[in-house]
Amino acid sequence: MFESFMIDAWEAGTLVAVVAGVVGFFTVLRGSAFAAHAIPNSAFAGAAGASLIGVNPIGGLAAFSLLGAMTIGALSRRARRDVATALAIVMLLALGALFLSLTTEYAPEIFSLLFGEVLGVSTSELLPTAVIGALCILGVLLLYRPLMVSSVIPDVAEAQGVSNQQMEIAFLVVIALATTMAVPVVGALLIFSLLIGPAAAARSITSRPSVALVLSVVIALLTVWLAIALSYWTNLPIGFFVGSMGAFAYAAGRGWAAVANRRLRQASPTSRDAVLG
Amino acid sequence: MPLLSSVFEPGFFSNGPTQSALTIGGVVAVVSGVVGVFTVARGQSFAGHSLSDIGTAGGSAAFLVGMAPLYGFIVMNVMAAGVMELIGIRRPRGRDLATGIVLGAALGLAALFLYLDTTTSSTTGATVTVLFGSIFTLDPTTVPVVAVLGIVALGCVLALFRPLILSSISPDLATVRGVSVRLVGVGYLIALALAVSLSSITVGAILSTALLIGPAATALHLTNRTGPAILMAAVIGAVETWLGILLAYDSYYWFAGSHGLPVSFFIVLIVFVVYLTVQTTVRLSQRTRGYAGRSSAT
Repeated sequence: MFESFMIDAWEAGTLVAVVAGVVGFFTVLRGSAFAAHAIPNSAFAGAAGASLIGVNPIGGLAAFSLLGAMTIGALSRRARRDVATALAIVMLLALGALFLSLTTEYAPEIFSLLFGEVLGVSTSELLPTAVIGALCILGVLLLYRPLMVSSVIPDVAEAQGVSNQQMEIAFLVVIALATTMAVPVVGALLIFSLLIGPAAAARSITSRPSVALVLSVVIALLTVWLAIALSYWTNLPIGFFVGSMGAFAYAAGRGWAAVANRRLRQASPTSRDAVLG
Repeated sequence: MPLLSSVFEPGFFSNGPTQSALTIGGVVAVVSGVVGVFTVARGQSFAGHSLSDIGTAGGSAAFLVGMAPLYGFIVMNVMAAGVMELIGIRRPRGRDLATGIVLGAALGLAALFLYLDTTTSSTTGATVTVLFGSIFTLDPTTVPVVAVLGIVALGCVLALFRPLILSSISPDLATVRGVSVRLVGVGYLIALALAVSLSSITVGAILSTALLIGPAATALHLTNRTGPAILMAAVIGAVETWLGILLAYDSYYWFAGSHGLPVSFFIVLIVFVVYLTVQTTVRLSQRTRGYAGRSSAT
């Protein structure tokens, strides 16, 4: 399981898990689940486009993730956010369908773009993954306070001089970066599970933001490591394990919260429903 | 008539696949438009989109056991809609989260079933067919099934019509009037699940979302009243779909020797452009009429 060809997979998986844990925490906090689904899907279209004109797929992923983020940002100025996101995702996916119809790419290649190929990660891909991941974490750290304020108490944020709109765009760009690094490893569809599952579980266990952030990274790491190991042993696609463990982590977190809640209610009459968000 | 034949390339109306594409596309567009008005009004675009991806898990599972994918889509989607409502977090932000959890789990299952499909039956095309489905490769015998399902979905919406409008606009008022907001929510999600199953299996996951959200959002920019918005969404959706099919058909003749461009690309492009045009026009005309401060979006 730790042979030389597996080392790259472990390293790439670990990088993706750390970034997904951090970015996912804010995704769940801001209720940006739809954007976290839409941007990786647009990245998929970018990869198809890159293979059509014969450039490095990472370039296509980055360009289209950013394009997706910008389209969502621009459209949601004048419409509801979910409608804007839905229209942006279908437009970019339709472009992807166009690119795919023009290339002679095999179906298995499309499958691996969608569902990831962690065992296919090569050493040369590790460096860009690490650099983009570091940029992503750096972005979140720099924006930590304003992002937190605008996510939790948007009304107060404006009064404190934090522009909610700027924060939204900045955060969409962070999701785009996370997407660019993660799609080659876990695939366009499953980066989403990794962004939502661990962070949602962490949030249901604790209501303290900093603890939840750390917990989210820990659960994401456990998810990815277990998924790689199980995928290695069973020969089943890694995406299956990432997806089902994300949901399992959330269910366990909700169960934990329910038990803790009941104990707390017995101890004191104050309700802690707020934890469940 | 040279003009007419340059618009409709030879054989457009006599071609079998084109005829069933026009019929099924029309039915899907009308059903999606009607259900979509409520989806947009209730802010559930994410659920609407997710169900098309979730259905993929059901479709690929059905493929694995040799059933028609349509039934897999329906069973999976109705179940998923139930779980979303069960997790049932009231705040809109939390609702997206509930959708996200269900979607994440379903994508995992889809990865498994699609993998098993490709390894057991060696039809690698299954992945792409389920995900991107094409309106031109429809089996004409599915037309009756599609029509019946469409009628059931429309029936759900019509049966719930008044309480649905009330609980979409003001859940509190609906509760006071004795409407069970939760029950109406479940009924509506089942209608949505049926509509999305129907559209994603026939026209593919991309078009399913486009036809659900695009025409409805366009119509809601034109009018605030639910009844007219539903009619407009159905008409806009059907016209956009037919126009897209026409362009895709004609595109076979645009480039010598090459194949045509995908129909989903054309339909989505039209949906997108129409939405942007209507939105901008409405906003500009409101501004000139002195409503500058009011946003048409909210």
